[in-house]
This record gives sequence, C-alpha cells and structure tokens, in this order.
Amino acid sequence: MRQEFRLSGTGGQGLILAGIILAEAALLDGKLAIQSQSYGPEARGGASKSEVIISDEAIHFPKVTKPGVLLAMSQDACDKYSHDLDKDSVLITDSLFVSKVPDFGGKVYELPITHSAREGLGKILFANIIALGALVKLTGVVSAESLEKAVLNRVPKGTEDKNRKALEIGMSLIK
Amino acid sequence: MSRVLLLQGNQAVVEGAIAAGVKFFAGYPITPSTEVAESLAEKLPQVGGKFIQMEDEIASMGAVIGASLTGKKVMTATSGPGFSLKQELIGYACAAEIPLVIVNVQRVGPSTGQPTSPSQGDLMQARWGTHGDHWLIALTPASVPECFELTLRAYALSEKYRVPVILLMDEVIGHMREKIELPDDYSEFPQAERKQPDCKPEDFKAYATDESLVPAMPAFGSGYRWHVTGLVHDETGFPKGTPAATLAAANRQRAKIENNLDDIVQVENYRMEDAEFAVVAFGGGARTAYETVDMARKEGLKVGLVRPVTIWPFAEAQMKELAGKVKGILVHELNCGQYVHEVERAVNGKVPVSLYAKYDNEPATPAQLLEEVKKAMAAL
Repeated sequence: MRQEFRLSGTGGQGLILAGIILAEAALLDGKLAIQSQSYGPEARGGASKSEVIISDEAIHFPKVTKPGVLLAMSQDACDKYSHDLDKDSVLITDSLFVSKVPDFGGKVYELPITHSAREGLGKILFANIIALGALVKLTGVVSAESLEKAVLNRVPKGTEDKNRKALEIGMSLIK
Repeated sequence: MSRVLLLQGNQAVVEGAIAAGVKFFAGYPITPSTEVAESLAEKLPQVGGKFIQMEDEIASMGAVIGASLTGKKVMTATSGPGFSLKQELIGYACAAEIPLVIVNVQRVGPSTGQPTSPSQGDLMQARWGTHGDHWLIALTPASVPECFELTLRAYALSEKYRVPVILLMDEVIGHMREKIELPDDYSEFPQAERKQPDCKPEDFKAYATDESLVPAMPAFGSGYRWHVTGLVHDETGFPKGTPAATLAAANRQRAKIENNLDDIVQVENYRMEDAEFAVVAFGGGARTAYETVDMARKEGLKVGLVRPVTIWPFAEAQMKELAGKVKGILVHELNCGQYVHEVERAVNGKVPVSLYAKYDNEPATPAQLLEEVKKAMAAL
C-alpha cells in the first residue's frame, strides 16, 4: 500500500525535518520511503513543503500526486498546497494560523498544534513534533515505537524528554 | 555490517567519494549542490583528506587540477552558474589529461535561474561547454543508491582513461531522500589506480603511451618530472604545434575514449523485452518514466524505458539498435530538447522520434508523461 503525505507551512517551522523523521520511521518499520521538498531561495518565511511517500513496494516518482494527508501549518501553505485534495484526503491544520479551510469534500482536523507547544512545552519550536504525533495517531502509517526512535535520532541531545512529551501531546490531540 | 540510511542524492555522492578514496575537495557552495560540499567538509578531515572552500569556482577547478597532479583523487561540486565558470579549466584538464570528478547538480538556467528547482538544461554544456574538440565522460544517476555507485564508477573511469568525468545530476535526484544500504567498512571497494611508468625517471616521457593510448601518470614529487600545459604538446609534454603533433594529440585523445565505448557507455533497459514503444529518459526524468511504463503496461500498452546511465559519450550503438526493435521513441527531458537531437541523429528516420520537453521547473507527473506516450503512439 502506498501512502502520500504533504507537510507544509512556513520556512523555519521544521517541516522538512518532520518529513525526514516520518520517512526514517517508515524505514525502521521495514518499509520503503522517499522524502522530497520544495522551497524558495529564502532561508526563513515563504511557503515550504516536505513530501513523504511510504510504501511496501518500490517508489519511482518521488513527488506526491494524490495526497492522503495534507498538514498545513500556515494559511499561505493551506491555500497553495490544497489544490489536489479530494474526498479521500485528510487535511490537518494548525488552528492558530489557518482560519480559512478549503472545501474539498474530505475530513478536516483543525488542531491547536502551535498553541499546545507553547502551553505544554513553553516553546513553539516543538510544533513540528506535535504535528507528527497527531498525524501518526490519525493514520497509523508508522508504529509509535519507530516514530519515537526516529524523533530521538534527529533531535539535539538534552531535548529527548521534551520531544517525547511533544509526541504525547500530538497523539492526545486526536481523540 | 551495514547501515540502512535515508540519504539525499548529494549525501550519497559524498559517501561514494569517501569510498572511492577521494582525499581533496575544493569548491564554492551553490544550491542545489551545497550538501556535497557541506558533508565533505565534515567527512574529509576524518579520513586524512583536505577540504578547501575557495574564493570562486574558477579557483576551485584550478585547485582540484593541482591536487590531482600530486596523485590524489579529487572532487569539486557545483551547479549551473559555477559549472559555466569551470569550463575553461575543464578544457585544460582534457588537454593535459588530468583525472578528476566534477559534480554538477543542475538547476533551472540560464544565469541564476531558479536555484531550488530541477532542470536538465546543462546536458549539452556538459559535453561541449569548454571550447575546442575534446573528449570526456558524463554519468547521470537516477536514484540515491546509484549516486553512490556512479561516484565510484566516475573515479574508476577518470583514473583509467585520464579524463575529467562529470557526474551530471539534477535537483530531483540531488535533494531527494531515499533508502540506501551502505557497508560500515568501505575498504572492500576496489580503489581505482593510475597507471605508473615502468621506466627510470630520466627516461620518462610524460605523454608516451602503449596500445591503451593512456599515458602513465606519476605523482608530482615522486621523482618523475614532467611539464603540464594546455598548449598542444607532443609526448615529451612540451608544446609542439606542427600539423603532425596536433593531429596525433587530437586523434589519441579521441581514440582512448572511442575505442572503449563498450566499457564506458552504460544503458539500462526497463520492461524492454517485448516493448513496441520506448521512452528514453534519464536522471530525475527517468523516475517519472518508470512509473509511466508501469501504468502503460497495466493498460496493455507495450511500452518500455531506455535509460542512458552514461550520458556522454552518447549511446550511439544502443540507440541505433533500439531503432531496429521498436515502432517509435519518445524522449523525455527536463529542458526544451537537447538529448532528443542526438537520438534523432542516431535513429536517422528509421522510426518516429518525438519529444516531451518539461521546462516549467517541476518534474512531469507519470500521468502527464503517459498522456504524451499515448499521443505519440496514436500518431504512429
């Protein structure tokens, strides 16, 4: 089975890293994964997207053509990257930044991602990990164990506990 | 023991360079090739190598030529604007027959173009960017594991034939992260070796050759002294501009490549066994084409993919053979149409050759390419 994810937001929100972590978690589960990204020449700001395809079979074309899940962490990204959603797609938004949600016929989860990072961990920079927790709880695309391992492989030393907590918060956003 | 990693194409090039025994890198970082320089800056010192960020791409090219003369395996990496700047010294490396590897991760051009977007617009530049008749090799990987393999192969070919080898990548392959399995210990990979002279230093003639037409290349500092020049030279290495010397130099440099096309030119066939129609695509464009072929097959269309892995020298014999096997060919490239002219020349009207050129800064989707395949097949 092939599953396609598009993680989008503003440059600097850590969505390219989130895509890498999701793909590495899939490899830990013994699946195949490809991550690719598209961004403008600017280092911060500007809409940015990170795409991940996870499958049991060889993945040739590395870009998402049928997004199963779109994560939108800014209004700009939501407007720019939601054009190919259909009724089978799921949209997850960060409710702090996205107020206008497109009508594409599929399910929408408006989650307080960045708000929870600030309230629960005191820093908004954990928002990307919270989003991953929510996305994995919702889809089950990778195991919780592999996700945690993949997160801990990539985050700076000394931040492990906070990142574990960020995953927990993310998962708790999906009832 | 081995490791399963999620690496970018650019990072796999770096692993390939370390495995090949590269000990020197000089470059100037530029998107979308920057990760090559970034990772080598970290890894080269760990294997006793040197990394230098130079003032520009011209100086980088000069530095790798100099380092290669000392017997080291060397690399530089760049993208369009930097590749343009390197051209004069690429010609020097061809003329003086200096082994080295240049990575060009193509971006949209001309000029600054679009730094973060994919293109294959430097295809002809890789072959003819420097002035004058010259011969070199260019390889184009289509996956992250192949970035590793072709980097090793680039050194094998460069050292064996004493030519610059261009690793001609594109942004799709350079930036994509994909699974790759690498051994912990790289010592199992064979190290390409330069032919050494079997005469005494005082009898050494720098460009005298045996039947391989490739001269021996002792390292500077080894006791063998020789003169390196971009001027046309005879076997002593000193300038000589007679018609006979000019002809001899050009013919030998051409023949050392053209006599060995079986060794140098690699083409991959995908689902071509019973194919009636072929897509020719390479690098990032081939990633679309694999999937298009699978989609076409599901609809009962006998379509296959021919993927040049060696992009220069041109796969002349393979394309001529292909023209005898299929009813039509569609060339797909991420530019306005460059490789297609070479294919047309080789096919020489035997079967129709069409072009699907994609140059809007995004790769074609498999569905878009399938539509073009169907159009081309309907027109047969």
